[in-house]
Amino acid sequence: MASRQHVAMTGNEAVAHAMRQINPDVVAAYPITPQTDIVQFFSQFVADGVVKTEFVTVESEHSAMSATIGAAASGARAMTATSSQGLALMWEMLHIASGYRLPIVMPVVNRTLSGPINIHCDHSDTMGALTTGWIQLYSESAQEAYDNMIQAVRIAEHPDVQLPVMVCQDGFITSHGIENLEVLSDEEVAQFIGEYKPVYSVLDVNRPITVGPLVLPDYLFEMKFQQAKAMEAARRVILEVGKEYGRLTGREYGFFEGYRLEDAERVIVVLSSTAGTTRVVVDELRRKGEKVGLLKPRVIRPFPASELREALSHARAVAIMDRAETFSTQGGPLFCEIRAAFYDAPERPLMRNYIFGLGGRDVGTSQIEKVFADLAADLARGSVKTPVSYLDVRE
Amino acid sequence: MGKIIEIRWHARGGQGAKTASTLLAETCHAAGKYVQGFPEYGPERMGAPMRAFNRVGDDPITIHAPVEHPDFVLVLDPTLLGSIDVSEGLRPGGTVLINTTLSPEEARKRLPLKEGKIATVDASGISLATIGRDIPNTPMMGALMRLSGIIPFDLFLETIRKDLLKKFHGRTNVVEGNLKAIKRAYEEVKSE
Repeated sequence: MASRQHVAMTGNEAVAHAMRQINPDVVAAYPITPQTDIVQFFSQFVADGVVKTEFVTVESEHSAMSATIGAAASGARAMTATSSQGLALMWEMLHIASGYRLPIVMPVVNRTLSGPINIHCDHSDTMGALTTGWIQLYSESAQEAYDNMIQAVRIAEHPDVQLPVMVCQDGFITSHGIENLEVLSDEEVAQFIGEYKPVYSVLDVNRPITVGPLVLPDYLFEMKFQQAKAMEAARRVILEVGKEYGRLTGREYGFFEGYRLEDAERVIVVLSSTAGTTRVVVDELRRKGEKVGLLKPRVIRPFPASELREALSHARAVAIMDRAETFSTQGGPLFCEIRAAFYDAPERPLMRNYIFGLGGRDVGTSQIEKVFADLAADLARGSVKTPVSYLDVRE
Repeated sequence: MGKIIEIRWHARGGQGAKTASTLLAETCHAAGKYVQGFPEYGPERMGAPMRAFNRVGDDPITIHAPVEHPDFVLVLDPTLLGSIDVSEGLRPGGTVLINTTLSPEEARKRLPLKEGKIATVDASGISLATIGRDIPNTPMMGALMRLSGIIPFDLFLETIRKDLLKKFHGRTNVVEGNLKAIKRAYEEVKSE
């Protein structure tokens, strides 16, 4: 495509479109609901000869990630895509991808983990993968899923980072819903991501390396330290790439997005598609003169603790919403990490947690209105009565 | 922000409501609107009641939730009237459009609405006559255009023709049949 276009696409179609424009050397993938469309659309591109990608059909997600790792280690720009059980089946290989410092980009269409079996959206799959050493970007809409895919390539491949990236969007809600977005021209994407020049490759005979050797107590620790440093470097690179993407498209990306946040007294923090629904409620309540706002995290790994603290410091009451139950009995992962970020702050807003939307439970404007109302009640009381609650569940 | 028109489709699995919501979204997008089109994903059983949704407006649409208060409810299968409340959450002044041979007055006996209007069109009969198969979803869109005026009808016809040509890989007889069905439903829909 020679020019930018306004299109109507599903989130999955938008991601597949980005993959076509990225034109990776290798894609190894296995279909799973609700990610299936991505692989289906992409395999059509391969069949039509519009990408030069070597498409590897594999027998499982464990093999998909293994093949992607092999391809990336040999210097290829390599991708796969998954959801839910597929991500779970990749588990050990996820750590190997990040531990080998392979810049793989993987769209993940968020779906709950079994059991019982359920194909619908929550974030239990990727929230479980917070410790795998992957960078995680979350997308509110098809537009953001598309934009994040293109930026993810640059972030992953940056010489100071060299880490794999998950690009998450909400299963069915955005993956299967058609909406408007603007896509770049093929040339613009090619220019933005640039030609891939791997820092290391096992096929580079002039610069021989070893991938995957046994590393004993004398060096393993140093390698993990370097990996942590790379995650630290990713903080800078994510912002640089987000700014550059903003100059190109007018859509700048950071660690998170605030919506009517500057003077908000009550704030909801929520990821992905629910942030879009929350915007509508923020506008409604603002029309009634209520000082409410939204903070939508985009980047969870690395975790932008100081920036989140700064952005929320003026708020009086904050509701952090987790679309995953991690059974700590102390609230969801986003809640625990944001609360920890405030430990050293001189002043802290009231904070409470909602576990919500598990297994695709709908979240509409009325649920979001209730959360803002609960925050108002906390403020009136001067304390949080229920730090962790379950939104719209039959108790 | 301008008004967003919200639409809920009721059908049975296999009757084409998902395709209809997709096609409506694509067509309205091509006509310059901001759109959403998405089905409710359930067990996906042939014949089971299912819903699909559209939103159409002049500004970006950020809400990501099923339509709770539709301006228009489109019932592809009249046998659903007895088993589910298709009018649930209907916005005051909203319309329930039913694919049936009944008149709106007769249909009201089957669907005692408190608020809102009933409109009827024999979309199945029209599609049998024009397409040769019972595929009521495109004529239902024609009737919707008459009732809603979401986009000017000429523009709708022009854009859906392009969409259908793409969808049916240039099989012009199928496309022409659908266009005829859309035009007939636009003419024949009756509203209270």
